[in-house]
Amino acid sequence: MSISISSINKTFGTYKALEDVSLEVPNGSLTALLGPSGSGKTTLLRIIAGLEFADDGPGKILFHGKDVSAVTAGKRGVGFVFQHYALFRHMTVAQNIGFGLSVLPGSQRPSKVEIQERVMDLLKLVKLEGLDKRRPHELSGGQRQRVALARALAIRPKVLLLDEPFGALDAQVRKGLRRWLRQFHDEIGLTTLFVTHDQEEALELADQVVVMRNARIEQVGKPQQIYDNPRSPFVYEFLGNVNKLTNVNGETRYVRPHEVEVLFAAEQDPLTDRIGTIQHLFSAGPIATLSVRLKDGQFLDVEISRKQLEDLGLGAGDEVAIRTNSSSETVF
Amino acid sequence: MKNRPVTTESPIVRVLLITSAVIILTLFLLMPLFAVFAEAFRRGWEVFLASLHDDAALSAIKLTLIAAAVSVPLNTLFGLSAAWLVTKFRFRGRSFLLSMIDLPFAVSPVIAGLVWVLLFGAQGWFGPWLAERDIQIIFALPGIILATVFVTFPFVARELIPLMEAQGSDQEEAGVTLGASGWQIFRRITLPNIKWGLLYGVLLCNARAMGEFGAVSVVSGHIRGKTNTLPLHVEVLYNEYQFSAAFACATLLALLALLTLGLKSLLEQISGHKAGGH
Repeated sequence: MSISISSINKTFGTYKALEDVSLEVPNGSLTALLGPSGSGKTTLLRIIAGLEFADDGPGKILFHGKDVSAVTAGKRGVGFVFQHYALFRHMTVAQNIGFGLSVLPGSQRPSKVEIQERVMDLLKLVKLEGLDKRRPHELSGGQRQRVALARALAIRPKVLLLDEPFGALDAQVRKGLRRWLRQFHDEIGLTTLFVTHDQEEALELADQVVVMRNARIEQVGKPQQIYDNPRSPFVYEFLGNVNKLTNVNGETRYVRPHEVEVLFAAEQDPLTDRIGTIQHLFSAGPIATLSVRLKDGQFLDVEISRKQLEDLGLGAGDEVAIRTNSSSETVF
Repeated sequence: MKNRPVTTESPIVRVLLITSAVIILTLFLLMPLFAVFAEAFRRGWEVFLASLHDDAALSAIKLTLIAAAVSVPLNTLFGLSAAWLVTKFRFRGRSFLLSMIDLPFAVSPVIAGLVWVLLFGAQGWFGPWLAERDIQIIFALPGIILATVFVTFPFVARELIPLMEAQGSDQEEAGVTLGASGWQIFRRITLPNIKWGLLYGVLLCNARAMGEFGAVSVVSGHIRGKTNTLPLHVEVLYNEYQFSAAFACATLLALLALLTLGLKSLLEQISGHKAGGH
């Protein structure tokens, strides 16, 4: 099920949450809506779900070519996973998952046995067999999240929407679930959209990343594409670590810390290199980060491998030469 | 320095506060309560039971029960609808509705009764219209019910609104995305989540409905045996110097109060246990 969004505007009172937003989501893709708080990404997700409606006007939402802009959430066939899961507290896991099927109108509703079967299948899919009689408060965060997912999938949605699916979880659990979600998506091939403010998550998981800011879409593309070719300083800075260097002619150049070369001060090439002193050295981990203060007062972060650090034998207070070349620098 | 949690007071302050609380409780609550029972049994068991078996007393009890039986379900229905509306939706006039719900609390009970007299009394706005059709509202059961409904209006709503506000709409929205209808969402998602708060509100509503004096006094006309509720009957007996009888009837109301408090504690305990798991 492809999704086509065109010219969506959304205002809450005087606050403009979405401004002329248009987007194409290909069938079967895993798309990330990435942006800081207040960028409009959750609002957009909720409008796609039918939990909010766009302002009157030219705005349209199409599911596989069909206009669903005025269709209520229940009839759009979307599965929604809420940020805090919104599990039904007083129901068991099995009752939660089977809920969507149990509220179908009489003629379409499966029998109790069929619902139970489907619930068990889904529990197996999300690797929570045996937990069917538990209640939400007896589950861990990661387990609740998977129940929420199973519940959304039970109604056989055509689109899966996830609102900050890993936001409430510990870092380790988050990493594991991220991998799991990617595999899961590859297995079932359902068109999926998720909202996140974590660029690492978006770049790692998605087929397509939509960077949003201040109610608008800044850039759309494959993760590698937008990382290598950001179209604005905002996108550049949001997607990874940044160094901003100003030239003598007032030009600002952006360069990633891992693309900066560091040499002994003695090896400096005066034409291309600058001299600086290492203010701070952080080397607990696979990468060493050097915080360098240039002669002209500007600061620069440099990332090198631990091996390089050892080979160079550098320490805090050392003088070094910093080299960047035009291919690693970006100017806007 | 003795080791005690940072948030407790020093022993002296604690003793002082607890002692004052106990003194106030005893003076204003326990002594009067004790006095009611003492006076009621002063002339012995037989007089006590006779006072309650008296025709007028029985009719007063019956009237009180009827007034509660009508106003509690009505206000529960109203409270549920209002709380649902106000907490799950945003609409123009929402704040106005919230203020209106609190109106019966702000108004003196005498006024609460008077408005009905002004509307439906013989000289009231609808007086002549009602007289023509031989419909008696004031100084009759309908008037009593109206007054009771008015003063117990807010109880269920006020109990539910903060509860539902705190619970948010996430679960209801989940229900929407899963295709449930409004009624299904209410019955299967909202209602189970609020059941303890609902019971609590109904309990308080009932206690007030049975105990209301001021508003009902104005509309009832005090027709012995016909339009006296139990609280009114107590007043009538007292004014006729039938103290033991008056206090005997009063014990019924006191027992109602104790029962209400007991159930309230029980509800708090149960719901506390349920909520504790989160």
